[in-house]
Amino acid sequence: MSVQTETLTDRTAAMTQAAMTQTAARADTAAIKMLARNVKVYYGPKQALKGINLDILENRVLALIGPSGCGKSTFLRCLNRMNDTIENCRVDGTLQLDGEDIYGRMIDTVQLRARVGMVFQKPNPFPKSIYDNIAYGPRIHGMATHRDEMDEVVQKSLERAGLWNEVKDRLKEPGTGLSGGQQQRLCIARAIAVSPEVILMDEPCSALDPIATAHIEELIDELRENFTIVIVTHNMQQAARVSQKTAFFHLGDMVECDDTEEIFTNPRDERTQGYITGRYG
Amino acid sequence: MSSEHIVRSFSQELQRLVNLITQMGGVAEAQVAAAVKAVTRRDVSLAAQVMQSDPRLDEYEREIDVEAVRLLARRQPMAQDLREIVSALRVAADLERIGDYAANIAKRSLVLAQLPAVRPVSAIPRAGRLVEEILKDVLDAYIERDVEKAIAVWKRDEELDDLHTSLFREVLTYMMEDPRTITPCTHLLFMAKNLERIGDHATNIAETIHYVVVGQPLKIDRPKSDSASFAVVSPAAGFDLITDQDVT
Repeated sequence: MSVQTETLTDRTAAMTQAAMTQTAARADTAAIKMLARNVKVYYGPKQALKGINLDILENRVLALIGPSGCGKSTFLRCLNRMNDTIENCRVDGTLQLDGEDIYGRMIDTVQLRARVGMVFQKPNPFPKSIYDNIAYGPRIHGMATHRDEMDEVVQKSLERAGLWNEVKDRLKEPGTGLSGGQQQRLCIARAIAVSPEVILMDEPCSALDPIATAHIEELIDELRENFTIVIVTHNMQQAARVSQKTAFFHLGDMVECDDTEEIFTNPRDERTQGYITGRYG
Repeated sequence: MSSEHIVRSFSQELQRLVNLITQMGGVAEAQVAAAVKAVTRRDVSLAAQVMQSDPRLDEYEREIDVEAVRLLARRQPMAQDLREIVSALRVAADLERIGDYAANIAKRSLVLAQLPAVRPVSAIPRAGRLVEEILKDVLDAYIERDVEKAIAVWKRDEELDDLHTSLFREVLTYMMEDPRTITPCTHLLFMAKNLERIGDHATNIAETIHYVVVGQPLKIDRPKSDSASFAVVSPAAGFDLITDQDVT
């Protein structure tokens, strides 16, 4: 008895292949909010930044990581000209906000810092009431003329910082009487009150416990809808949790900047790899 | 990344994980080889031994899981370290499945040993040799972190697929010629399928090696030539078919 064999493969196999072909294209199309080109910073004769190029995307969280003394805080302070207050500090290169040079002659640094707000490592509320901590900025910028308007700004800011429910009944009490985590949220509320476009955070959680830290991280995620955020952190997991982009600084250089996911799963540079995995360089 | 972690116990724990995978791979390799041998030699006691040894692989998998989860929780690994640990979980799962297939081959060999030998059984050691080679190469590639070798294994799976397809047709034909061989031949079909699946898990491991070393999933398409699923063996003209007329 003879037997014939045949297969029906080709067409079916081709269809299967086509269905499995991956079409993965991933590119962030967010607008550039701030831009740094060849930024060099000197403290006297010592060079702290060696020509940084970086794009800061709108409504994204950018995390700056790197060992102590790598220049990440120096770079952060360039973004709202906080370095101007340091004697002997010289900044070279181009830094733009919405395409405008922030080191230009016509720039008013007070206005600039209203547009680019800052939150520091240690909560630093003014020695005033909770209400006045928030109202201070809008008042000096003439943003609210009536008491009602000011009340609204204060309430909105505290609500956005996730603090309103905890302090609404004691707005007259001193801001310094709050817990560490609450004080930091108060500082964030204070930064938000003047409606900035960019918020800079310099290790905002390093003095907080894990619960307070979680509140701030949740807040950062919510704030991203309306603000552009740049955060300096020593906590690798925090950078991985809160940011979309991460830049690694090392000895005054920006080594690499990429999607956060890429940086923490597959960094390109050996130095980044060594730092984030805790190895000797 | 060869340099040590600043926290040395982290490096030691990662090394322990790699060692466990290496040991587990050795056991899986031995299980497959023994199962194929049991079929070829109709060796019932060897088959029983393979079946009894399978829980060892399950135990390895559990141990690797525990170790990996502990590392994830305690060290919050990043980059290379993270990929290393995720891969260990994947490879352990693949090896455990490979062990299951080996045990299944051993189990079926018990039935075959009780029945008269059928000709197509000779294809099992042929496919078995190929599987053993593939498995050895992929485990070497894992230990050596050799992406080239891993990709070579990955491509070699095609040979195994071809062999499976031809074996499938051969066995089908044999059964048609002599329906008394249906019982042993059916077991042979499952054995061949098991070997083919072991090859697939070896290619999974090859892909995992690529991910550990390169950091990206392997994106090229693997040549697939296992067409057994589409095989039709139809009787030639003149074969006695039951027609409508016969029924009425």
